Amino acid sequence: MNGVANLHSAEELLQSNLHAHDVPKALTGIRGLDEVTRGGLPKGRPTLVCGGPGSGKTLLAMTFLVNGAVRFDEPGVLLTFEENAEEIASDVASLGFDLPQLIAAGKLAIDYVRVERSEIEETGEYDLEGLFVRLDHAIRTVGAKRVVLDTIESLFAGLKNDTILRAELRRLFRWLKDQGVTAVITGERGDGLLTRQGLEEYVSDAVILLDHRVHDQVSTRRLRVVKYRGSHHGTNEYPFLIDAGGISVLPVSSLALQHPAPIDRVSSGVTRLDEMLGGKGYYRGSTILVSGTAGTGKTSLAAHFLDAACRRGERCLCFLFEESPQQLLRNMRSIGIDLEPWVKSGVLQFHADRPSRYGLETHLVTMHQVVANFKPTVTVLDPVTNLMTVGTFADVQAMLTRLIDHLKTENITAMLTSLMPGQTEIERTETTISSLMDTWIVLANDAESGRHHRGLYVLKSRGMAHSNELCEFSMTNRGLNLHERASAPPGTGARDGSSQEGTHHAGV
Amino acid sequence: MQVYNTGLNTPSVAAGPLYSLRLYVAGQTPKSVLALRNLKHICEEHLNGRYEIEMIDLLENPQLARGDQILAVPTLVRRLPEPIKKIIGDLSNTERVLVGLDLRVSR
Repeated sequence: MNGVANLHSAEELLQSNLHAHDVPKALTGIRGLDEVTRGGLPKGRPTLVCGGPGSGKTLLAMTFLVNGAVRFDEPGVLLTFEENAEEIASDVASLGFDLPQLIAAGKLAIDYVRVERSEIEETGEYDLEGLFVRLDHAIRTVGAKRVVLDTIESLFAGLKNDTILRAELRRLFRWLKDQGVTAVITGERGDGLLTRQGLEEYVSDAVILLDHRVHDQVSTRRLRVVKYRGSHHGTNEYPFLIDAGGISVLPVSSLALQHPAPIDRVSSGVTRLDEMLGGKGYYRGSTILVSGTAGTGKTSLAAHFLDAACRRGERCLCFLFEESPQQLLRNMRSIGIDLEPWVKSGVLQFHADRPSRYGLETHLVTMHQVVANFKPTVTVLDPVTNLMTVGTFADVQAMLTRLIDHLKTENITAMLTSLMPGQTEIERTETTISSLMDTWIVLANDAESGRHHRGLYVLKSRGMAHSNELCEFSMTNRGLNLHERASAPPGTGARDGSSQEGTHHAGV
Repeated sequence: MQVYNTGLNTPSVAAGPLYSLRLYVAGQTPKSVLALRNLKHICEEHLNGRYEIEMIDLLENPQLARGDQILAVPTLVRRLPEPIKKIIGDLSNTERVLVGLDLRVSR
C-alpha cells in the first residue's frame, strides 16, 4: 500500500482547532459555499452579498432562504424591492423552488416594497418605521430565522433624503441583529465601492462578492468572501456555477491527502489485464491513466472497464470531450461491447461537452455537479487531453488535481484517457498529470514487417505487484483480446518509467 | 384606528370633491402628533367641510402597512380624489403638502 492515506496534515489539525472558536453559523445549503465559509453565514447577523447585474445575488439569497425553510427548519422572510412575489416565484420555479407552497405552509413570507419617487412628496421629518413594522410583522407571522433584503439600495432611488435614509439603514441593520435573524442583504456593485451606496459601511459582519467575467469569450462566475468577522474563511476567488440545479461554488480542494485507501479491487473488464495488475485489477477509488497515440484502443479499454462495472451493478459516469455518446455506443458495439442496455437501465450516464464550450473552471464545477447528482462509483474522462485546448498545462494540472482529489475523497474509481501526439514520446501532457495517477497503462501501435501490432503495458501501478511485460493484443469483435505471451519480454522494465523503448517491441 | 370626520355633516361651504385622507403613524411619537396637528390645520384652512381623516397606527395594525405600501412614517395618503397621492414627513411645510394634495399648483 502506498503511504498517502496515513498522512494527517497540519492543516487539518489547524482547521479543527479553528472551528471550535468560530462564530455560530447558519448553513446556506449551497454546495461549496458552506465549505468556503466553514459552516455558512454568521448566525443572527447580516451578511452583505454584492455584485453587478446578473451576478447571481438574488439567486444566492433566495437559495439561502429556501434551503433554510425546507432543509434547516428555519422559516424565512423576503423583503423584495425590485420584483413582486409572483415574479420572484416564477424566477426560481425552474430551480424547483415552490415559493407559493412554502408561503402556504407558513415557512416563508414575501413582502414586496414598492417605492415610486414620482408618487411621493416629502415634507419635514420622517423615519422608516413603516418598513420596520412590515418586516417585524412578516418575521412574527412565520417565526422567521432568516431574512433577505433584495435590494435595499432601491430605496435610494425612491426617497430623496439621503441623510434620513442612511441613518435608518444603520438602525435597520442594528435592529436585524437585535432580532437575532440571519440576514442576507444584496447590493449592486458600485464604482470603486463594493456597493453603490456604500452599504458595506453598515454591514460589517460578512461580505461576499460575486463577479461575472468574460475572458477569451468564456464566461466564468466567481465568488469571494471579502470579509468574515470572527471566522476564518477561504480568501481565494472561487468559481461558481448557476444552472438548472441552482447555484454551486467550487472550493479549491484542500489537497490535504486524506483520501481513503480502500484495499478492495475492481476488474478492468479484461481478464488478462487483471492478471497483469497483481491478478485482481485496479484498486477501488484509485485513478487510472490510459495513454496512447490515436487509434490505439484507449476508449475501448475504457468501455471494457465501464461494461464490467455496470455488470457489477456500479453506477458509472462517462465524460466525453471528443465523441458524442451515440458515436461511442456505435463504435463500441462494433467491437462487441454493448453499453446501451446500461444507459437504458440507468446505471451508465454519458455527459458530453465540447472542451471549448466553457472555461476549465466551469468544466470542473459542471463535473462536480454531475458527479454529485448521479453519485457514480466509477467515472471515465475521455479524452482528458482535449481539455488542454482551453487552458495552459498548469491550469489543466491544477484542475485535474482538484477533480481527482474530489473523486478520491468520494472513493470513486476514475479512468482518464490521454491522447499522446507522438509515437514514442511521453509528452509533457502525461508527465504533468502522471504523478496524480495510481495506475498508468500505455497503449502503443507498432508497424513492423508490414503488420500492425497493438501493444499494452502497465507503466506503473501503485500498491501492487504488477506485470512489467509488454502485452500484444488485438481488437476483436469481442473487444480487446490480450495475447498470452510465449516468453519473458526483453527489456520492458516499465516499473521505473524507462520503458519507452518497449513500445517499439510491441510484437511478440 | 381613529377617524376624524370633520365637517362632513355640516352643509358644504366650498364646492369641490371630497378628500379622503389617511395618516399612517407608528405610535404616538412627537412626529406623528405634529403631523396630525399640521394636517388638521391645513384641512380646516383649505378643505373646510369636505375632508375625512383616518388615522392608522401601524403598531396596532401592522398588516395595514402593506396595502398602501407604507415605508416611511408619518405618511399621508390621499385616497380620494384619485389618483392616490402620498406625502411623507411631519407635514410641517404647508406649501409642499398643498402641492402634494393637488390643492396648489407647484411653483
